[in-house]
Amino acid sequence: MASSTADSPAGLSLEPQSRRVGEKAIVAWLFLAALAAVLITIAIVVALLEPAAEFFRFVSVTEFFSTARWTPTQADPEFGVLRLLAGTGAAVLYSCIIALPAGLGAAIYMNEYASFRVRQVLKPLLEILEGIPTVVYGFFAVAFVAPLMKDNWWTWLPGQLGEEPGTQFILAAGVVLGIMIIPTVASVSQDAMAAIPRGLREAAYGLGSTRMQVATRVVVPGALSGIVASFVLGLSRAIGETIVVLLAAGAMANLSILPNDPVFTMTAFIGRTSTGEIAYGTTTYYSIFAVGALLFVVTLVVNLISIALVRKFREVYE
Amino acid sequence: MPDLTERHSPVPETHHTTRDDAMAALPRDPVFVTDKLNVYYGDFHAVTDVDLSFGKNEITALIGPSGCGKSTVLRCLNRMNDLIPTARVAGTVSYHGLDIYGERVDPIEVRRRIGMVFQKPNPFPKSIYDNVAYGPRVTGMKVENMDDLVESALTGAALWDEVKDKLKQNANGLSGGQQQRLCIARAIATMPDVVLMDEPCSALDPIATLKIEELMAELRNNYTIIIVTHNMQQAARVSDRTAFFSVQQKSETGDRTGALVEYDLTTKIFESPADRRTEDYISGRFG
Amino acid sequence: MSHQSVRTRTAVQAVRDSSLRLEKRGVDVAGELFRAVLLLCIVLGVLMLATLLAYVTWRGWPRLDLNLFTQMPSSIDLTTAGFLPAIVGTIWIMLGVLVTVVPLGVSAALYLEEYADTERWWNRAIEVFIQNLAAVPSIVFGILGLAFIVRAPLALGPVAFAGSLTLTMLVLPTVIIASREAIRAVPSTLRQASMALGASKWQTVWRQVIPGAVPGILTGTILSMSRAIGETAPLLLVGATTFVQFLPEGPLEGRYTAIPVQIFQWVVRPQEEFRVLAAAGCLVLVVLLLLMNSVAIWLRARFSRES
Repeated sequence: MASSTADSPAGLSLEPQSRRVGEKAIVAWLFLAALAAVLITIAIVVALLEPAAEFFRFVSVTEFFSTARWTPTQADPEFGVLRLLAGTGAAVLYSCIIALPAGLGAAIYMNEYASFRVRQVLKPLLEILEGIPTVVYGFFAVAFVAPLMKDNWWTWLPGQLGEEPGTQFILAAGVVLGIMIIPTVASVSQDAMAAIPRGLREAAYGLGSTRMQVATRVVVPGALSGIVASFVLGLSRAIGETIVVLLAAGAMANLSILPNDPVFTMTAFIGRTSTGEIAYGTTTYYSIFAVGALLFVVTLVVNLISIALVRKFREVYE
Repeated sequence: MPDLTERHSPVPETHHTTRDDAMAALPRDPVFVTDKLNVYYGDFHAVTDVDLSFGKNEITALIGPSGCGKSTVLRCLNRMNDLIPTARVAGTVSYHGLDIYGERVDPIEVRRRIGMVFQKPNPFPKSIYDNVAYGPRVTGMKVENMDDLVESALTGAALWDEVKDKLKQNANGLSGGQQQRLCIARAIATMPDVVLMDEPCSALDPIATLKIEELMAELRNNYTIIIVTHNMQQAARVSDRTAFFSVQQKSETGDRTGALVEYDLTTKIFESPADRRTEDYISGRFG
Repeated sequence: MSHQSVRTRTAVQAVRDSSLRLEKRGVDVAGELFRAVLLLCIVLGVLMLATLLAYVTWRGWPRLDLNLFTQMPSSIDLTTAGFLPAIVGTIWIMLGVLVTVVPLGVSAALYLEEYADTERWWNRAIEVFIQNLAAVPSIVFGILGLAFIVRAPLALGPVAFAGSLTLTMLVLPTVIIASREAIRAVPSTLRQASMALGASKWQTVWRQVIPGAVPGILTGTILSMSRAIGETAPLLLVGATTFVQFLPEGPLEGRYTAIPVQIFQWVVRPQEEFRVLAAAGCLVLVVLLLLMNSVAIWLRARFSRES
């Protein structure tokens, strides 16, 4: 063993010349900064759970999920959150009918059909569409889309479907919400499609496939988990969006999926109630947090599904 | 300057004669001694039981086929393997008698004394001057006159005359060969006593390669040089001693691992190798 | 073909009759239809964008005057009302976001890219937390800001900086993800060269990694600022007030409002004049965002060309 210092030249030392305390402090700070995401998440949970627990002292969990009416501001308030969940579901349903196929189609077009130059134009356009603030979409929904639909309603439709809607209704909110999340679905889907190895695509073309065959039989199946992840992410965006539904979907806790009915979503309830004159410490005040907690849980589940799916498609090709 | 035709002959004879007479099979004055050096990357046993010693002011070449672990061994000598999270080293590497994998040893102190030149020239995207001054600055060397230090390092790397008028220009504007000599200048500016070279010419054209080889012959007067090379002629041209590595199957598990096959004077390795595998590799029958 | 000889024509005919055909087999109806549907999908988005921009411009144009930028909001004289307090409020909020989110986000990204051992479960957990945080609804951040920043423990009250901190938490994941990409793009050969010269890890990060990643970090920061500037829902909860007829005294005192919140307040009122004001406000916000996005896209193009 040569670890003795006997034959080493005088003065040679490989021991640390400084303890580099500053460096350790910096690393500690960097770790703390990375930990911020965890701390914020914990803070969210605490911020929601504490007042939500207070709420459940007045309204039992079973009551919360089984009552049929949501009338928090009435003299004898009732807190049946299913009404809000259904409202969110209805708005999200219409937005997904638009955004999922359109986003997927846009992604396939961008990845498989568009020339380099066309893509150079389309990509920034989609980025702009993604960057438009929700309040602008909200304005567009109430000032343009809703009146346009109302004035041209399909009154020949049978029964209640044919009735002209009021100023706020599901379809107006759903359509604008859908337009809003098209870029999210498109960009995540396209990332997944771009990750498919060139060789696979070339092999399919080499066997004489047409573009459509390559797109539908190689690219879409290969990127499936990424595409599903983009759908799930779009869904999560739609569930959590506040301003558009607050402005365009209304504030009536209906149990309806008819396009011409107004509904009240979870986010709209939080936004509307917390900006109104609600006395601190009332059950209604605490209900904001209970609904917020439910919203957080729903999006958390959806997000974790999407994260797992994205990991899966990364694993396959990276 | 040595005669160029002589340096291009596949087997250098005259070049080594004077030194070889005085050289024993193992270096008398080793700078590095490795003892049962083993390296693992995760579960992969990259190098098995390497015992080597590297002589002072000599050029030692590490040769062998891809995956034989020669670069891995080189990277153990300045603890660059520490930067790979899964890498693990067993055995000892003693540098002037100190185990550089000892408990109290700071890898940064090790790297300050042992310079390294990489496969692809990797100058920093800064000026030529700042590239050379980088090492002295980060290591906190007491430098009286940085300009002088930069000049002497660039002169030492045979680059001064070509760049003295454009020291403030970005180093990325230099040719590949110049960039690699800049990297050598950068390495010697911290006044190391060893320079490790990991296939320093593999990204260069033949003329730039020749310049680096000439430079190595000069650097040998002041530095101990250890070079990994794929090019057997290069090993034969420049080195005093050669270590031949090969890929072997471990007897117990059958897994592949790199191991040292033969280590001797370069003339011996290239003229009369003792091991059959060395002979096959040198003569081009394998690898 | 008429000028060809009979023999040539017969020969050509013979080839035609054989089974080898390289010409198009007529129109691929399904393929063309598929292509048209795909094109429709992307046109739908682009068309909507165009409609939105045209509509907002058309409605807002009459009020896009100097008063909009220099006057206080008013519920009486709507033809000269402006949203100066909202502009000042947004500037305060965004400055607060900038000085908090950049150091925090870049530091976190440096830890994850340069120091974290991805084999360790806690580092992987941190990554999942960041990914999840990126998709938490913005209004939930509003609730958090209300519970922890406006009220105890931070108890800042409804001031602009409370809005800043809330938005910082909201865009932190975006900044971290963009910075990580920028850091990853710095060639590892530079890190190795620096370490081999005896630089410590932090010296290497400070002198090589950070300078190399600055363009990417800058682009990511601008893009996340452009997201934060349009956020409305969380600010509604942390005290951006509906009707402010005075300028905020500073980031830490006085009530405040912000451009998107002001627009929101105009949208909810039914009168035509408020609709026009809202449209003008939307136009200002969109132009601001387009400017920020263009700068980011230009920066990205410029630096990707250089490297």
